[in-house]
Amino acid sequence: MAAIELRGAVKRFGPITAVDGLDLEVPEGICLGLLGPNGAGKSTTMRLLTGQAIADAGELRALGHELPEDAKAARAEMGVVPQLDNLDVDVTVEDNLAIFARLYRVPDVEAAVDRGLDLARLRARRRDAVDQLSGGMRRRLLLSRGLIHDPKLVLLDEPTVGLDPQIRTELWSLIDDLRSRGKTILMSTHYIEEAERLADEVAVMNEGRVIARATPTELIAAHAGTHTAEVYGPPERLTEVKAIAEEQGLAVRPAGPAIAIVGAERAGNGGVPEDAVVRAASLEDVFVLLTGAEAE
Amino acid sequence: MSEGAKLRRLEPAAISGVMSREVANFRTYWKGTTFSSILEPLVYLLAFGLGLSATLVDEVDGIPYIQFVGTGMVATAVIFSSALPAMFGTFVKHRFQNTYDAILAAPVDVEELVSAEMLWIGLRSGTYGCVPLLVTIGFGLDPAWGMLLVPLFCFVTALGFAGFGVAMAATVAKIDQFNYVTALFVTPLFLVAGTFFPIEGLPEGFQIAAQLNPLHQLVELVRGGAFGFEAVDLARFAFLVGFALLTWRVAVRRMHARLID
Repeated sequence: MAAIELRGAVKRFGPITAVDGLDLEVPEGICLGLLGPNGAGKSTTMRLLTGQAIADAGELRALGHELPEDAKAARAEMGVVPQLDNLDVDVTVEDNLAIFARLYRVPDVEAAVDRGLDLARLRARRRDAVDQLSGGMRRRLLLSRGLIHDPKLVLLDEPTVGLDPQIRTELWSLIDDLRSRGKTILMSTHYIEEAERLADEVAVMNEGRVIARATPTELIAAHAGTHTAEVYGPPERLTEVKAIAEEQGLAVRPAGPAIAIVGAERAGNGGVPEDAVVRAASLEDVFVLLTGAEAE
Repeated sequence: MSEGAKLRRLEPAAISGVMSREVANFRTYWKGTTFSSILEPLVYLLAFGLGLSATLVDEVDGIPYIQFVGTGMVATAVIFSSALPAMFGTFVKHRFQNTYDAILAAPVDVEELVSAEMLWIGLRSGTYGCVPLLVTIGFGLDPAWGMLLVPLFCFVTALGFAGFGVAMAATVAKIDQFNYVTALFVTPLFLVAGTFFPIEGLPEGFQIAAQLNPLHQLVELVRGGAFGFEAVDLARFAFLVGFALLTWRVAVRRMHARLID
């Protein structure tokens, strides 16, 4: 049984179609990264799975429960780590965990709180109010709160958005640990490196649909080949290089001040200038080619 | 959660879980709330009770004016500790703190969330609503057995006003729109409840309108508890129960529309 099954899911907000005929199946025990630019429909997909948004069309199931009819039962078996910090800031660390242990009907609240404190590495701060914690500690607590009932399925909605690199790396190791424990994880992100490092498979979302899905390596091989050549220079020269590469059937994308010729290994004579910086193709190349959005 | 456990409507575990969050937060601010809930009736009784009774009004319907105001102040305490916290608290938790997003990601539905919020406010307001009565006893009101029912009257009325506040919070687009709610509903209800003057002195239209004011019914019930009940008090209590049920359903419906996309 798949942990998540969405068939033709549609969600509209007035004239905007946030999720547009989405088909998504997540087998048990994998970490699927939902990679897409802002507004791709990732967060709405998450809300459809928790029953906080009702699909206008389509069939949705999570952990065998029909959605939205059995959303409450589905939520009992899933853990959600939201994009926005919604901890109770005046309340102590341990009370934040205890409240959610009760909401999830955990039989031994005290033991669950102790486990949560260990996971968040906040045992020494258990009686401190949340507003006394650093940003990284709060994020770890948020993650730990979502796992307080040892859920089968974990929804991580942009788990490291807005965090500095050090805290992001810290959280990645926590998420990696979850993965190694066999949890099913659906993680939305718009950070390429996050998807590359943590996800067994990546589904690229754009305009409410999955437009490509495979392991990161397969996605790169299928859409970006093996090498990418980055060319720097004045705009007139870049325009010229781009035109030549495109004449040879190569994809060219903007890369900050440069342009990147994707699939450079297929370039013929003059397709890649000699001063180009050639590197291995990356998931970022795939992301930008498929979505047209700048990568982060 | 145990395997196979059936999730029903209005589960006590969900409701108590949400209330436990309120209790945890309350522990951080109870001192200020308790201080103001004691000081406010004291100030009102000193200003209206002692001030007016010394200069203009000696007694109303045979009741010393300070006791008339003191018993009426219970309703004031109830509306200000239920409708306003429900309005502002709900709005802030929804819009600014994203608290409800977190709760609704757990096995709790909107009906349980709203019910828990109303119950908590009802309990808190039911307790603090009694403070003016205790203060009035300190000013010479004789204790009576009927007063033991006052917490129940306050609780039911506070439930109703909590539902009203939650429904308003789910309706307004911006927090400053509560000014309209306060000016159009809360203040008139508070003033035409029979707290400071008997409604019998008002024009007939106002008297009829006052009968539809839950606060007036509460005032009459509290005075019944202090000075003796009448048969009509049963109808008054039924009216308050009906008010609470009505606002509960409206609050659930409005919050569902607001919280579920």
